[in-house]
Amino acid sequence: MRFACPFLEGEDMTRTFRNSRTALLFILPALLLILMFVFLPIVLNLYNSLFRWNSFEVGRAFVGLEYYGRLFKDPIFFTALKNNSLYAVISLLFQVGGGLVIAAILEDKLIRRFQPFFRTVFFIPSVVSIAVVGLLWQLLYNPEVGLVNGAMKAIGQSEWARSWLGDSEVAIYAVVAVSQWQYTGYMAMLFILAMQKIPYEYYEASMIDGASKIKTFLFITLPQIKEMILVGTVITVIGAFKVFDEVYIMTNGGPGRSTEVLGTMLYRAAFRNDEMGYASTIGTVIFVITLTLSLVQLKLGKSGQEV
Amino acid sequence: MEPLVNTEKVAEFRSSRVNLTLVKNRLFQFVVFIWFSVFALLIIYPIIWLALSGLKSNSDFFLNTWSLPKEWLWSNYKAAWDAGIGKFFLNSVLVTLVSVMAVLLLGSMAAFGLSRFHFKGQNLVLVLILSGLMLAPQVSLIPLFKLLQGLGLYNTYWALILPYVAFQLPFAIFLMRSYFLSIPRELEESAIIDGCNSWKVYWHIIIPMGKPIIASCALLAGMNVWNEFMFALVFVEDSALRTIPVGLMNLRSQLNTNFGIQLAGLAISALPMIIAYILFQKQFVRGLSAGSVKG
Repeated sequence: MRFACPFLEGEDMTRTFRNSRTALLFILPALLLILMFVFLPIVLNLYNSLFRWNSFEVGRAFVGLEYYGRLFKDPIFFTALKNNSLYAVISLLFQVGGGLVIAAILEDKLIRRFQPFFRTVFFIPSVVSIAVVGLLWQLLYNPEVGLVNGAMKAIGQSEWARSWLGDSEVAIYAVVAVSQWQYTGYMAMLFILAMQKIPYEYYEASMIDGASKIKTFLFITLPQIKEMILVGTVITVIGAFKVFDEVYIMTNGGPGRSTEVLGTMLYRAAFRNDEMGYASTIGTVIFVITLTLSLVQLKLGKSGQEV
Repeated sequence: MEPLVNTEKVAEFRSSRVNLTLVKNRLFQFVVFIWFSVFALLIIYPIIWLALSGLKSNSDFFLNTWSLPKEWLWSNYKAAWDAGIGKFFLNSVLVTLVSVMAVLLLGSMAAFGLSRFHFKGQNLVLVLILSGLMLAPQVSLIPLFKLLQGLGLYNTYWALILPYVAFQLPFAIFLMRSYFLSIPRELEESAIIDGCNSWKVYWHIIIPMGKPIIASCALLAGMNVWNEFMFALVFVEDSALRTIPVGLMNLRSQLNTNFGIQLAGLAISALPMIIAYILFQKQFVRGLSAGSVKG
């Protein structure tokens, strides 16, 4: 029989009929694009950060690590780091923590028949562009016409009403809240998908043992989806350090510089102040942070072994 | 004589326990249903409000923020389209279509090469491509800006398309490669025996068999490209080439007092993705599910 052992046959075929030159022809176009537009810029960024240069003049002056020294003395840099960290902590709480609880409840057998409706609705904001969401919430936060203040008045708490994005004490929380509104349903969806891969027998066993819902969640669901929780945590924290669109659109770092994050700080340095070298050092910091987090994920998870 | 066990009482006790669990279950369902409905309302209301307020006149918007439009001004949507949204929308359609086609073609070719061949350095290539998944686009922003200027592509559609394709490829290759690995090899083997070359195997077997994952990739890449903001803000200067997310910013400064038209513009740009998601939920979810396993 020709296909008695398809796997071995396949290996054999691969060797005889295809060679690495053909393989490279298939891979090369994608690989070249990725090398040129994803990897080369990262190397260039490191190099760029060692020079004083701007976008119009041709010449550039070597300054070594001067900009890095300046960055670590820049108070705005620490404001930005603080805001990015705040973004990370709140997002972990709402998107990972809240997403887990929502997913677990929607997967409960008593609730499951409502699941399609709720998970669809909760997911919708995440398919809308951040630009639309940012501009929409800017209006919702508007002190005169916004729904947020309207809602505060409606529940009889008009003293809570304020200019949400214009008050440097609360503006960053207002911006972070929008991301929670947008992405908690997305995380919940990822957790639901992971929970659906847990074999049903596990739940049956715990039911026979008479375990409560909470215990079942803690001792069966959580350990079974820990890989997804790790991935979700890393995506969320990396996302918090990559944040740009919503801050740029809603507050552009203001009022004052109170909502500045690394992304908006980089943009301002590069395209407002035309200090390309200084902006590149901020790029390097973002690179180091995201790379470290990805390595942590590879180290802790099984992800690396698969590839 | 009294029976040792009062069966009637046991039955009563049992049924009361059953009733109790039933009541508890009902109560649990009810509480969750109310609680999640409030959530759902918080999430969906702003979007509905956006679409409805886009139909209001400015005075209606200011005076009756919460109520339905007094007069349904469909002309706002027309006005927003004419104020520039139309042009931005078409730019977005063009950039998204070209980028997605390129991602699907180049991505499926690379995934085929990585799943069906064995060659030296294969793992290196794979790791290289997949590590592209982790990189923050901010890091590349300034070098790409200079690079695109150097190539003479700055302020053209290509300044958006090429980076978009490069940044979407790693995830698409990751998804398609794992799917292609699960396609049984028997079909190709008989095709090879019949004299098909690799290109024919790719085109006539792998692509048709891989349709489900290709559809998922198309949706996810399409959504990311359609919504992308930062590159679109920096790599294109000419407002005639702007895509919708950045175009909306222009509209905000242009029409800063006419909220009805602004909101209509927002609704026009949000709608295609919401409709695509609701229509093709299965493909969306498949992509997320396949992609989330290993991040």
